[in-house]
Amino acid sequence: MQVARLAHETDFDGWRRAARELRAAGTPPEAVIWTIDGAGGLFAAASEDPLKVSRKTAAAFSVPKTFVDLAGKVILHRSDERFSLLYRLLWRLQGEPNLIHIASDPDVARAHDLERGVSRAAHKMKAFVRFRLAQDEDGEAYVAWFEPAHRVTEATAPFFARRFTNMRFSILTPDVCAHWDTRALAFTPGADPADAPREDALEEYWRTYYASIFNPARLKTAAMQREMPKMYWRNLPEAALIPELIAKAEGRTDAMVRQAPTVPSARAVKAALRNSRDAPYDGLAPTSLEDVAAGVDHCRRCPLWRDATQGVAGEGPARAKLMFVGEQPGDQEDLAGRPFVGPAGQVFDRALSEAGVPRAETYVTNAVKHFKHEKRGKRRIHQTPTSGEVTACRWWLDGERRLVRPRVIVMLGATAALSVMGKPTPIARNRGQALQLADQAQGVVTYHPSFLLRVPDEAAKQAGYAAFVEDLKLAWTLAA
Amino acid sequence: MATLSLKRKLAILSDAAKYDASCASSGSEKRNSVGGKGIGSTEGHGICHAYAPDGRCISLLKILLTNFCVYDCAYCINRVSSNTPRARFTVQEVVDLTLGFYRRNYIEGLFLSSGIIRSADYTMEEMVRVARTLREVHDFRGYIHLKVIPEASPRLVEQAALYADRVSINIELPRDESLAALAPEKDVVGIKKAMGAVRLGVDAGREKGRKAKPPPFAPAGQSTQMIVGADGASDGAILARADSLYGAYRLRRVYYSAFSPIPDSAARLPLARPPLIREHRLYQADWLMRFYGFERTEIIGETEDLDLAIDPKLAWALRNRGDFPVDVNTAERERLLRVPGLGVKAVGRILDVRRFKRLELADVKRLTRGVEKLKPFLVCADWSPGALTDRADLRERVEPQQLELF
Repeated sequence: MQVARLAHETDFDGWRRAARELRAAGTPPEAVIWTIDGAGGLFAAASEDPLKVSRKTAAAFSVPKTFVDLAGKVILHRSDERFSLLYRLLWRLQGEPNLIHIASDPDVARAHDLERGVSRAAHKMKAFVRFRLAQDEDGEAYVAWFEPAHRVTEATAPFFARRFTNMRFSILTPDVCAHWDTRALAFTPGADPADAPREDALEEYWRTYYASIFNPARLKTAAMQREMPKMYWRNLPEAALIPELIAKAEGRTDAMVRQAPTVPSARAVKAALRNSRDAPYDGLAPTSLEDVAAGVDHCRRCPLWRDATQGVAGEGPARAKLMFVGEQPGDQEDLAGRPFVGPAGQVFDRALSEAGVPRAETYVTNAVKHFKHEKRGKRRIHQTPTSGEVTACRWWLDGERRLVRPRVIVMLGATAALSVMGKPTPIARNRGQALQLADQAQGVVTYHPSFLLRVPDEAAKQAGYAAFVEDLKLAWTLAA
Repeated sequence: MATLSLKRKLAILSDAAKYDASCASSGSEKRNSVGGKGIGSTEGHGICHAYAPDGRCISLLKILLTNFCVYDCAYCINRVSSNTPRARFTVQEVVDLTLGFYRRNYIEGLFLSSGIIRSADYTMEEMVRVARTLREVHDFRGYIHLKVIPEASPRLVEQAALYADRVSINIELPRDESLAALAPEKDVVGIKKAMGAVRLGVDAGREKGRKAKPPPFAPAGQSTQMIVGADGASDGAILARADSLYGAYRLRRVYYSAFSPIPDSAARLPLARPPLIREHRLYQADWLMRFYGFERTEIIGETEDLDLAIDPKLAWALRNRGDFPVDVNTAERERLLRVPGLGVKAVGRILDVRRFKRLELADVKRLTRGVEKLKPFLVCADWSPGALTDRADLRERVEPQQLELF
């Protein structure tokens, strides 16, 4: 039987040294007893080599880094089995090099359990340390008394140093104490609760907050205790309130239900009356482009508004000679509230500048004012509006046509052509020429820019784009 | 009017804030106070500093700047017609409380909301002033969540997003018609427009290939909240609305808040509260859509309600038994994620282990929270459910004996 002595409870280097030599010497796990040197401890001088095995140094061997990381955490657990469990894993790694990846192996699973316990203890330490303000010769310092579930104080102290860099603090625990002087961390032996300040003026405010933020109508004490186990309660200033809050919760909820409803305050009733008298009158057809812009947001003529952000009205001078009508806003247009600002808008802008058409002098709008789409995975995918939706929205487009009175209307794509012409109008057959519209304006049909984005064949795409630019030029000439 | 003590104000204005479910402090950029003048850090994971007996985490100082409000939303305790006691913090009081609580490690930061006083812009400006003072005067690097008032001007919304880690705008109710009825001053289009503007800002901040790093714009994104049970909306309608919001605005979270009775409630509201389990099932279904590859239509139809007795994944599996059993040693990740009782982590571990050995039932048991529920749906090296998967009484066999929440 081999006895391996470690200097203190979290002596990872000592364990590593001993384990390396034990394995090199061929000592099986069941033949090793791991102990902590009673006289030792973190702050005693660890002078002699704690391991009393023959020091025949064997060739160094390597283990997966994941194992070393795991071991570094498991060592911090309070369970007595940790050293032997880790050595057993190290031993088995000789014959099973992939062991550490097999999370379902009983030893690996156990090590993961311990690791989870340690991580949780560190996390809870970050959560449940409560500082109290203290004064010493150097001024203000914050001091906490805390009892961690495992020996995580040294590993967690850097977190507090990063968070409270410009604040002097000490965290006192039974195992070890951490101190930060705004420049460096220092550690001293474990302390006693009496060493920490007894109170803090702000705790009364914190308790007030805790009691007020609690909703008595939804009591879930098991959920609370799962995340805030009772072992931590004695060092949490707010925990003393818990029994009373629970006891009174039901009565408070009943009282709310019994008492309700109450008479509204008289001030509010008066204001509401005033509002209903002065509210704007909903007129009929829009009489200005501002009416259109405000109206499409609240249009309920078809159900497309439900899943869209907003109605997107046209944009441009009220007396534009040239009007562009697209299909409908896309994802970006729906968010921004402006037509042709997304990928299709970029193609449109490029073609306009190649055709020599200044967009700022034209009126740009859509046949349908709300974005029709379906959600696939995480994205909103464009859907073509139905003729019913196009018809419903024509009310707005007709309003815009009547108000702007353009000389020429360019219909971008089949939906726009359907809306403006009032009947299905194939693009390829009708493009490149002026069409007479009912309201004295001339019409030009052409491709929709997003159609050009989707043409798979590169040559066809080039040809389509060239035709598109030609159509824009034609329209600009007609409008001049 | 008598002057209220700070403690009394804190009691009133935190009591008024508790109906907002969000308390997350996660998902922001990593930063700490090293090299700064002040305090504060966010390191990715949120930290819950306490839990109240309602089971909710307390991570942030969640308060209203004021609970005076000119709006009259029936479901809200702070509506103008309510007789609830009123209070108002000064900007400095909020700043001092935040820093004082933060230094004592009570909180991760501040979640500031407000009733609407004078105008949306005036109120939003005050809220932005709190965040700016914390960031610029005190170099505070903790977490800030600002509630955005949708009617406020885009300039103020943008400023809010520059100082805050997260901004949120509550959609409030699953059906727009109910919003019009219960919250007459709120406008769903205004709410959606504000969300759209935030998404465009967040997207622009993340655009690849930009030379100069833009100032962080709400690095923890945006979230929203829906009240469940205050109108007649079905679970299917609620989830369809959530799905549409996730797609349109890339929300980090939709919070479902079971309508709970409030003191001094309005006559327009139902007095019965929905069971808390309903909220829980909605969150489960939400998770299935976001992390498990389920489409909303697979989980529930638009007019249906979720089964309260069993979780939505189990309900789906019972309806789709033809897809089972799944072989734990060969099935791809997507199919394993659909097995009731297997979470994202467990599936990850299974895929890892399976590279080195064939899994037996005992292995699965050590990788999951329990194997009994899984047995009818899984094939392992030493287990096959045989006719169990298709038994008529399977539901009774796998249904939990009692609800875990009530």
